[in-house]
Order: sequence, then C-alpha cells, then structure tokens
Amino acid sequence: MTAMTQTMTGNYTGNYTGNEAAGGLIGPQPAAVLDLRGHLAQHGQLPSLGPHDVVRLARDAGLTGHGGAGFPLWRKLEAVINSGGRAVVVANGAEGEPASAKDRWLLTHRPHLVLDGLQLVARAVRAGDAYLYASERHRGLDHLIAERRAAGIDAVRVERAAAPDRFISGEESAAINSIAGGLAIPSSKPPRVVERGLRGRPTLVSNVETLALLALVARRGPAWFRSAGTADFPGSMLFTVGGAVRHPGVVEAPHGTPLTEVLELAGGPTSRLQAVLLGGYHGSWLTAEEAASAAMSRSDLAAYGASPGAGVVVALAEGVCGLAELSRVMTYLAQESAGQCGPCLNGLPRIAEQVRSLAFDGTDAAVFTELQRLSGLVVGRGACHHPDGSVRFLRTGLRVFADEVAMHLDRRCTRTSDDRVLPVRMVR
Amino acid sequence: MTRLRIDWTACDGRGLCAELVPELIERDEWGFPLISDAAVPPGVLVHARRAVAACPRLALSLQAENA
Amino acid sequence: MTSRSVDAALWYLGRGSGVVSLALLTLVVGLGIVTRSGRTLPGLPRFAVSAVHRSASLLAVTFLVVHIVTLTLDPQSQLRWLDAVIPFGSHFKPLWIGLGALSLDLMIALTVTSLLRQRIGRRVWRTIHWAAYALWPFAMLHSIGSGTDARRMWMVWFMVACAVAVIGILGWRVSPDFLDDRDRVAGTKLPAPRALEMTRGGR
Repeated sequence: MTAMTQTMTGNYTGNYTGNEAAGGLIGPQPAAVLDLRGHLAQHGQLPSLGPHDVVRLARDAGLTGHGGAGFPLWRKLEAVINSGGRAVVVANGAEGEPASAKDRWLLTHRPHLVLDGLQLVARAVRAGDAYLYASERHRGLDHLIAERRAAGIDAVRVERAAAPDRFISGEESAAINSIAGGLAIPSSKPPRVVERGLRGRPTLVSNVETLALLALVARRGPAWFRSAGTADFPGSMLFTVGGAVRHPGVVEAPHGTPLTEVLELAGGPTSRLQAVLLGGYHGSWLTAEEAASAAMSRSDLAAYGASPGAGVVVALAEGVCGLAELSRVMTYLAQESAGQCGPCLNGLPRIAEQVRSLAFDGTDAAVFTELQRLSGLVVGRGACHHPDGSVRFLRTGLRVFADEVAMHLDRRCTRTSDDRVLPVRMVR
Repeated sequence: MTRLRIDWTACDGRGLCAELVPELIERDEWGFPLISDAAVPPGVLVHARRAVAACPRLALSLQAENA
Repeated sequence: MTSRSVDAALWYLGRGSGVVSLALLTLVVGLGIVTRSGRTLPGLPRFAVSAVHRSASLLAVTFLVVHIVTLTLDPQSQLRWLDAVIPFGSHFKPLWIGLGALSLDLMIALTVTSLLRQRIGRRVWRTIHWAAYALWPFAMLHSIGSGTDARRMWMVWFMVACAVAVIGILGWRVSPDFLDDRDRVAGTKLPAPRALEMTRGGR
C-alpha cells in the first residue's frame, strides 16, 4: 500500500492554470525554483515591511489559512501579538494526509516563497525564533536556509524541524510538541498555541501554502490577490487531485472554481465517476451529481456538508467498491490515533472493524446501528479533531455509497476493478 | 453557566467522577466518562466540584461560561 | 494535678500518638496503592477508597502533630523543637530521631502538594507523591530505633503486622495484574511502539 502513496504523491505533473492573476504559486513555469537568484529574478526582492504592514496586508488581502481550517491569517497574527511576550513562528509543511501533496510540491518547487512568508510573519509578530516543520525528506532545504542567511535576506534565523510522516503530525499542538523534542501528538486545549505554544511562548503555526501566498501578496499587493477567488475567500488555492483523472497531481485554481474545472485541470476524469472525496480523510464525500454542480468555495460546499479543506480532491470511478475504500481508510485512521484519548483509541478500531465487515464479510443491517452508536461515542471526545474528522469521512461516505451498502447487505458488490484508489500509509 | 470539561489526554477512565456525579456522568463501554449535558445544573454543582477534586488524573474541570 | 502527673500524661500521649500515627500511615500507604490501582474495595466504591486515603492521611498528620507537641513539651524526652523538623541534629539518638524528623518533613511535603494538587499540576504532584514510599520505612525505622515500647511484645507484633501489610501490598503493586483494566478492550493508553514512531523525525 506504500506503493499507492508513491503513485499518488510522487507524481507531480505540474499542471497549472496558466493564469497569473489566478494565483501565481505554480505560475506559468511549473519547474522548481531552488536557487535564490532565480527566485529573486522571478519575484523580486521582498519589500521591507513593518509589523503592522504585514498584518494590514494579510487583512486587506483577505488571506485565510490553507492548512484546512480557513481561518483569517491576520486574526491569528493579532492573537499572537496580543498574547505578549517573545513569539515563535512555525511554517507547517507536515502534511500527514497521504492524499495531499501540495505542501510537498511547494517545498520542493517553491521553497523560497515559503521561507519569504515565514520571515514576513516573523516580522509581524516580532518573533525571535522561526521553524520550518516538515518531513525529513525536505532536509535538503537546510542548504537554502543557510544560503538565504548568508545572503542576509533572512533577519530571523530559521531552524528546520523534522515532522514524522504520520497523519496527525501537522496538528498545530502536535507540531509544537514535536519541535520541542517530544512526541508529535496533540495537546489538550486550552491553552491555544497562539497564547502558549512552543516552550510556553505565543506561537503562530501557519501552513506553508498560506506563507507562500503571503510572500506573493507582499510583492503584488492585496488588490492583485482579491482579483481572483470569492469575496470571503479571495485568491487561489492548490489542489491535490488524485484518483480517476488523467494527470493526477497538484493544480492551482481560484477559490470558488467549479469542481469539474478543477478535475479538468488534472486532465479530466478517465471514466464515469461515482463519487468525489473533498478535503481528505477528515473531509466529505460528494456524489457524482453533486460533484457536477459544486464549486470549490467554503460557502458553496457547506450546502453539501463539505469543505475544500486543504485542497484534496479524489475522483472515484464507477466499478470501484466505495465501501472497500472506506474500510481501508478507516483502518488507517484507527492506526493513526495517537492513543492519548480513550474514546479515539478504543472507538476508531471498533468502527474500522464494523466497516470492514460491511465491506468484505457477509453482514446484516445491525452493523449500521452499531456504527451509529460507536460514532456517537467518539465524536467530540478527544483533544484533537481526529475522531470527529474520521467520523465525518465515514458518515458522508456511507451516504454517498448507500446503493453499494444495500448491495452488500444483499451479498453483492458492484466492484469490477480491484484498484485501490485512496492512498494509505500502513505501519508494518 | 458552569460547564464540565474533560482533558481527554489526561483522562484514564478511572471512573471516580461517574460515581460522584451519576446525574451527569456515565461511563462508556471502555470506562471513559460520558457526559449527558456539559452544562451543570446549580443543584449538582457541589457534586461536580467534588468530582473535579477527586479525579486522580486531574482530567476534570469546571468552566464558567457566559450563556 | 501535679506537674509530675502532667509530665506523665504528656509522656504517655507522646508515645501513644506515635503508635497511632504509624498505624494510620500503614493504612494510608495501603489505600494509596488501592487508589492507584483504580479498584474498589468490598463496600467501598473508588471515590471512597481515595476519600478514606485522604482522610486517613490528614488524621495521621494530626496524630503526628500531637506526637511531636507532647514530646517536645515533655522534659523527659529532652527533645527540642528543631530536632523534630531538622533531621539528625538531636543530642539524643540523632539517627533514630532524625528519621522521625525526615518522616515529618516528607509528610508536610506530601500534604501540602496534595492540598495544592489542582494548582501545581499532576506531574509535579505525582513526582513528589512517590516520596510516600520512603516516608513509611523512615517512620517504621524511627519507631524501632527510638520507640520506648519497641521491645515490648505487643509493639513488636504490631510492627510486624504493619510491615507484613505494607510488604504484601507492595508485592501486589509491582505484580502484572495490578492495574484495573475494567472492561476496556484496548487496555492501557498510548501503546509504546506507536508513541515511539511519533517522535521527532521518526519513521
């Protein structure tokens, strides 16, 4: 199953909108920009901005977090500033989600934009320490960090911290615990990390895409950013499009782009679709009909109980058993519980067991009642949203695959293909 | 309004709270507290305080919250 | 009442309260271990086990205070106030009295941190609470070494009974079936191998 991860996340086709105004992260040249000179030639120097300038820029641009929650960056910055004391900033590129590859794409293709953004937020909150928290595979970035430091363009020293390749490593308190030398597992909240984060200091944890966008906004201005996207969520975002599309990979499109267009950017569906997963393994499933009319904005997707999340889009073709997909991912999610909170530790494996029996064994409708009951036992009963997100993935899946469920209860299955679509990273 | 809050990372499911405030807290099949209503009625408050003090893991707390 | 009879009363009270303290400390250690196990006792739900543990320890503190006050007031004991608090400084049996002073200091530390448990947090409280395992042997050695009645048959049997109780319950404490798994399916939390994979840069 590791091979699945490889095919999914290792395949960057560099699709791009070709529309500068649409975003500019991928831009007209999808090739990697790794040397500092090339980066400066393409984007120019970072303008010198004061702390208030950065907060105002983020606010005027309406830049929101691209790690999944969509929280306005300027408000997070203000929360850190208002907490007082010496602050810490963290560029979060952990991306534990196996179906997502956009953070990895950014760190391998646009690392300087991320590091520019990290300096900007460091300036905004007057941080003394900055960290780049990402998988060990990005250790090559040490050279870039040293080069920038030597060139004198980074005022705040950046330290790279290795993120374990686990699903919840990127949760912000998990990131902080990991950077502090502990386990990459979430802490209970309150306190929020903006108040008391790394070593008790106010900490800004920001997704690498958010930071890269901030670096563009600083150069091109808020008006440029607002020329794309929706009023609430201006600008564009990166999508990791996978499954039954011709060119799976990372694409860029404005917020509010119709889902069908996002699929087209990845070459379009390879066959008739039965469902689309949005927002990854804590996200939601849409039926093919819903997917045909949905637009990738928070307000639009809310009507389907979905959200763009961190931009994961997986197209599921007809002929693939949706329940087998649900089962494999639920087993994976149960494995990814940090094991700190009793309901998650005990409940997710039981849920996964029930889904397995629904997908693969002769079973009866009692499984449903049991799944309802167990889901109720885990939702809202944890230090992080792992149980809640996992149950959302399952519940929306069971709704979308209702016909398949009926067939399974009748000891039949629509499966014509043994493809395993959703990538998982199983331990042992 | 006062609400009961559980620090799930600390809670070990020892169950003292369920013994002390059965009005609000039951235990799930794994022994962890199931709170029927996080809002604590005034009459139960004294029991809830006792449960907070008795929790061997300091996982239970009461939080004043504006309605 | 003559001053002689007052002195005699202080002397008996001092000795008696010491013996009672030792009995209570034995009970407190036992109940503390049962509390940690998460188990009930016949007729006692979990919260009651921990409540009795708490009350018995406060009662032990009370008897300890009586023990010390009476013996420092009693001229026959030749004990100074400081000797009860600062270990190994007394002229009379410095080692054995010192062990008693050490027990008192630990008792104060355990009581204060337990009363402030909500404020200092679980980790600090628990670390300090381990000292209870040192307190009991100190108190026992103090009774053997400086107890006036230590050679009397009833006292010997009493101390043997206390020792057997504590050693027995300690044996249970370190046994594999100590923790109450209740009806939990997955048992203890945070399985170690999984936790290790989540360490910094783990794979």
